[in-house]
Amino acid sequence: MDQAAPPLHPSGGSEPPAATAGGSRLPGLALSVAAMAGVLVVLALGASFLRDPAAPDRLVSAIADAVGLDGVAEGIRDRGLTSATAKVVTAVIALAVGFGGVWALFFAANGLVDRVGLRVREHIRPWVFVGPAVALIGFYLVFPTVSTIVTSFTEGDGAANYRFALTDPAMLTAFRNNVLWLVLGTAGSVGIGLLVAALVDRVKREALAKTFIFLPMAISMVGASVIWRFIYAWKPPGEEQIGVLNAVTTAFGAEPTPWLQTPPINTLALIMILVWLQTGLAMVVLSAALKSVPTELIEAARIDGAGELRLFFSIVLPTIRPTVVTVATIIAITVLKVFDIVFVITGGGFDTEVIANRMFVEMFKFRNFGRASAIAVVLFVLVVPFIVLNVRRQRHRGFAG
Amino acid sequence: MERTGIEVVHEGLSDYTTVLTARVEGGNAPDLAQIAQPGLMRSFAEAGNLVNLSEWFNTDQLAQDYNQTYLDLGSVDGNLYGVFYQAFTKSIVWYPVQAFEDNGYTVPTTWDQLIALSDQIVADGNGNPWCLSTEQDAFTGWVITDWLEDVLLRTAPVEVYDQWMAHEIPFDHPEVLQAADYVGQIMFTPDYVYGGTTGINSIWVGDTQTPMFAPNGPKCWMHKQASWITDFWPGAQDGDPQFEAGVDSAFFYFPPIEEEFGRPVLGAGDQFVMFEDRPEVRALLEYLATPEAARGWIEAGGFVAANSSVPVEWYTNYTDQTMAEIMGQSTELRFDASDTMPAEVGGGSFLTAMIEWVDEEGGGTENIFGQIEASWPSG
Repeated sequence: MDQAAPPLHPSGGSEPPAATAGGSRLPGLALSVAAMAGVLVVLALGASFLRDPAAPDRLVSAIADAVGLDGVAEGIRDRGLTSATAKVVTAVIALAVGFGGVWALFFAANGLVDRVGLRVREHIRPWVFVGPAVALIGFYLVFPTVSTIVTSFTEGDGAANYRFALTDPAMLTAFRNNVLWLVLGTAGSVGIGLLVAALVDRVKREALAKTFIFLPMAISMVGASVIWRFIYAWKPPGEEQIGVLNAVTTAFGAEPTPWLQTPPINTLALIMILVWLQTGLAMVVLSAALKSVPTELIEAARIDGAGELRLFFSIVLPTIRPTVVTVATIIAITVLKVFDIVFVITGGGFDTEVIANRMFVEMFKFRNFGRASAIAVVLFVLVVPFIVLNVRRQRHRGFAG
Repeated sequence: MERTGIEVVHEGLSDYTTVLTARVEGGNAPDLAQIAQPGLMRSFAEAGNLVNLSEWFNTDQLAQDYNQTYLDLGSVDGNLYGVFYQAFTKSIVWYPVQAFEDNGYTVPTTWDQLIALSDQIVADGNGNPWCLSTEQDAFTGWVITDWLEDVLLRTAPVEVYDQWMAHEIPFDHPEVLQAADYVGQIMFTPDYVYGGTTGINSIWVGDTQTPMFAPNGPKCWMHKQASWITDFWPGAQDGDPQFEAGVDSAFFYFPPIEEEFGRPVLGAGDQFVMFEDRPEVRALLEYLATPEAARGWIEAGGFVAANSSVPVEWYTNYTDQTMAEIMGQSTELRFDASDTMPAEVGGGSFLTAMIEWVDEEGGGTENIFGQIEASWPSG
């Protein structure tokens, strides 16, 4: 580190350094500034190393040279490292620069803050620590959002993009289906989750029962979709039905139904998959809320002569209502963004289109960036109220009500 | 790559159109990519992502070695961007060899014979003549687009096909509707197709031919599909193939309809395109255009080279050899039109319209084809 620290004036707020104080203070300040500069240089070097595919070769051959293994260095310069070795070297450097660099950056920044005048110091410090995170979130969340909005107006004809997003028959089908998903998916998950939570609340093997309901949560949406494709499978009449659902219906003498190709049953069949996946989440959270209902409240109701149903709907449910709403909004957001299930099973065919799948298709299949962005903005606008609702609730009451 | 001394890092991707698009957009394109859709190549070329090969490639050699169709499909506005490597034909119909023999059925060589045979199979109470289905999630419907294209090449001059593909004539041009009637004759004649119209839309593409191998004799007898279908015959996906191409099921050339239009074939193929212009990438691409570069794949089987200077005797198995023969005897070669049309149509409205057409059991043909016409992007 050969940078000579520039004689910086101490930042505003502190008194001008007296001759004697300056003597003890300036070297400390210089050291902090130099440390910060050094960290930035190392970070910049690390970043440029990671961007350069040939860098691992150069580094390893230079090390080999330094250690005296001239032959090895020569070989690496001639043929390069094997791709696996190069990846390991890159990974090690990435970890060192990533973890070490970030730690050093905070350390150096903190040191720098310590040199600043006392009064401003404690105002600046939180920003120094929180700043990088805010900047990163800004870069990875706010920038793409703004860029998407801009793209939706500038790529192609902005008005036409939004006209498509709001009036195209495929989009109207998607809106209708998303409403179905929102209502039935959310109500199904929360309703069944609540039912199970209430029913198993006083069962002996509660944990076991809840485990079975919760298990699908561990399965990805894509995995679940593949599983359910088999459940809904169709074979021509007279053939052996390999799909459970058609095996059951044909056992009762009905004709086999192509569940996934028959609107609107197919959308309901897809929603069922989501309910299967999300009920576990609703059940676990609601079950916890049920347990937190004060027993004296329940006892008081019993003494007043309330039956089980009356007790549940008039006492328990109102008490856990905030939790129900929170769970419902969380699931509603998931449902509004639903994509995987539709993409894997029908690809939006047979009138099962949803907004997120259409966005994907316009973006990656049709390469209509303007339209895709307009759809993304529409979806964003639809999700925002749920997020706002959720954040407000959490601010007022906390997660569990 | 011993011939070029270049080390090639190969990435195989299952959803490569998505990944490739994302990487190109992100400025992280590979040096070379093998892509199947001429439409995708065209959009990369028009966006300026591809290296123009005309400026330095030995195009005279290419013109000698390749069918002109491949050169046209590798070019945009007269500039060459892609070199074809692998080729397929979809104009083949699989049939059960032994069962044909046992029932005295012969391979049809005209459309009339094809229909007569279909009727014969129904009359004999031998089940349904056709294995035909198209369910494949987001791509459902594509089998029917192939049928329509293959028939159109046989009922209209090849120029009509080209104009239709380039949208110089409306999508619902009378010639196209006429071809649709022929396809409808197969799909919508009662008892012709295994599983009926519900089967067409609901049976997964990979399972289409499975009923042909039923233990008590074929439940459907003819299946028009490219040779990759053998990978989905019973047992093949589990590494235990129970049936052999050329022995249990062989294929015949999908017969001509109008004699005057010759022996056209509908084909498809993969081309290499170049994103980075460096000497070693150029060298590799030049090598890939030679017959020698295809030899390893050819000898491994399941590969027909787009380069027609490859000697026929290099091919070692029934499928490759017969396919190379059919392609060699063809009078016209055309690519899958739906792959070349704008993706909104070829991968979108064309597919959904075919699903709907089947759902309506062939009703409202003009209206349905009119919807595709209306969906063609302007400009």
